[in-house]
Amino acid sequence: MGALGHYLEQEGVATTQVSLVREHTEALAPPRALWVPFMLGRPFGVPRHAEFQRNVLLAALRLLETDHGPVIEDYPHDAPYDDLGVEPEGLACPVSFPGRPSQGTLAEQLVAEVAQLSVWHDLAVRHRGRTTLGVTGLAIDALAGYIASWFTDSPPASFRTGLTDGAALKLACDELKAYYYEAKSVQPGRHGSAAIQHWFWHDTAAGHAFIVLRTIAAQSPDPSMKPLAVQSLVPRAVDMSLQSITSTTNQRSAP
Amino acid sequence: MVRLADLPGWERENLLKRVPTLPRFDGRPWVRGPALAARRVAIVTTAGLHVRGDRPFGSGAAGMDYRVIPGDVATEDLVMSHVSVNFDRSGFQADWNVAFPLDRLKELARDGSVGSAAAFHYSFMGAISPVTQYEPKARELAGLLKQDQVDAVLLSPV
Repeated sequence: MGALGHYLEQEGVATTQVSLVREHTEALAPPRALWVPFMLGRPFGVPRHAEFQRNVLLAALRLLETDHGPVIEDYPHDAPYDDLGVEPEGLACPVSFPGRPSQGTLAEQLVAEVAQLSVWHDLAVRHRGRTTLGVTGLAIDALAGYIASWFTDSPPASFRTGLTDGAALKLACDELKAYYYEAKSVQPGRHGSAAIQHWFWHDTAAGHAFIVLRTIAAQSPDPSMKPLAVQSLVPRAVDMSLQSITSTTNQRSAP
Repeated sequence: MVRLADLPGWERENLLKRVPTLPRFDGRPWVRGPALAARRVAIVTTAGLHVRGDRPFGSGAAGMDYRVIPGDVATEDLVMSHVSVNFDRSGFQADWNVAFPLDRLKELARDGSVGSAAAFHYSFMGAISPVTQYEPKARELAGLLKQDQVDAVLLSPV
C-alpha cells in the first residue's frame, strides 16, 4: 500500500491512505497515512455503520490538506462493535437449524451440509441484496461436488481452462467458505467475525474438509498445490488454535 | 489493525518480521492540490476486488495487475479473490463499504465535502512481496487516473 503511494505521487497524483499495520507504514513512509485500530479486512472499521465509515474516510482525505509530510496520523476511535447478525423483524427465518451431519463419508457430509445451509444463504442474499459468490462461475451444488471429488481416488479436473488444479481448488475453497460465512451470519443470534471463524473451522464438515485438503495438497506432486499446503487454505490463527488443541489433548492423554 | 501489543505473540512476530523486508524509499514525493472540496477522488484498494466475471486474482501475472472497477458498479457485482486467508472477509460480505467505501465517497461528493468521485476506481491484490513489483502497474495506473481528471487517490488496504 505504501509503495503505491510513492509511485503514484512520483507520477504527480496526490495520495492519502489508510494504514492497518502502523509499523509497516512507518517503514515505507508514504506521503500521507491514517493509521486505524481496526482488524485486518476492515479498513473502515465496521460494516453497516455509514457514519462511522464516513468519519474514517473524511479523516483520511483531510490529510490531503496538510502542508508537508510524510505524515502518519492515528485515528482515535476503535470500531464500535463486531456484530454481523441481523434483526429478526421482517425476516421469515427458516425453521431448521441443523448441526454438522454425522453420517457418511466426509465428502457426503460436506455435500449434505451445503444443502442444509442453502435456506440460510438464500435468506442472507435476500437480506443483503447481494452475495460475494460467483468468482468460480459454479453453482453452489456443483462447487460442493467439485470439492467433495477431491476425496475420491480420481480428483477432478480444473473447472476452468487456464486454471491450474491448485488455483481452481483455491478459488473453490474460498468461495465455499464465503457461502458458509454468509449463511451463518443470518442465523439467529449474535455473530462476530471470530465466532463465525471458530464455527467454520471447528464445527462444520467443510472446515474439517479443508484441513484434510491441506494434507492432500502437501502430498501432491503438482507444484500448483503447494500454496494450499503452506498458507493459502488455513488461516494462521486457526492453525495456531488447532495446534493448541492438539497439544492440550496430547498432554491429557500422556501417561 | 488492533495494536500490536494486543495481539498474540505469534501474530505480532509475524507482522514485525516483515518490517526489515520492506523497501526504503529515498525520495519524499509530495503533490499539492486544491482544497478537498474541489478534488476528484478515486479509490485504489489492495483488497483483491473485481467485477464478477473479471479475471480472479492469483499467483503470477494475474496477481500483479490491477482490475478496473467502474464508478457505477452495482453492489451485487463486486467480488473478492484475494489469495490471503489471514484477514476478515465477513465485514466485506456484509457491507462492501467497510473495505471499499464507494457509497461513502459518493455521499461526500453529494454534500460537497469532496469535489467529485472518479468515474473509475481500481484494485490491486496485496500480499505481493517484494512490494516494488507494483511499480510498473502503479505508474501505468497514474496515467489512467490523470485521464479521469483525478487529483486525489484514497489508497485502502485490507
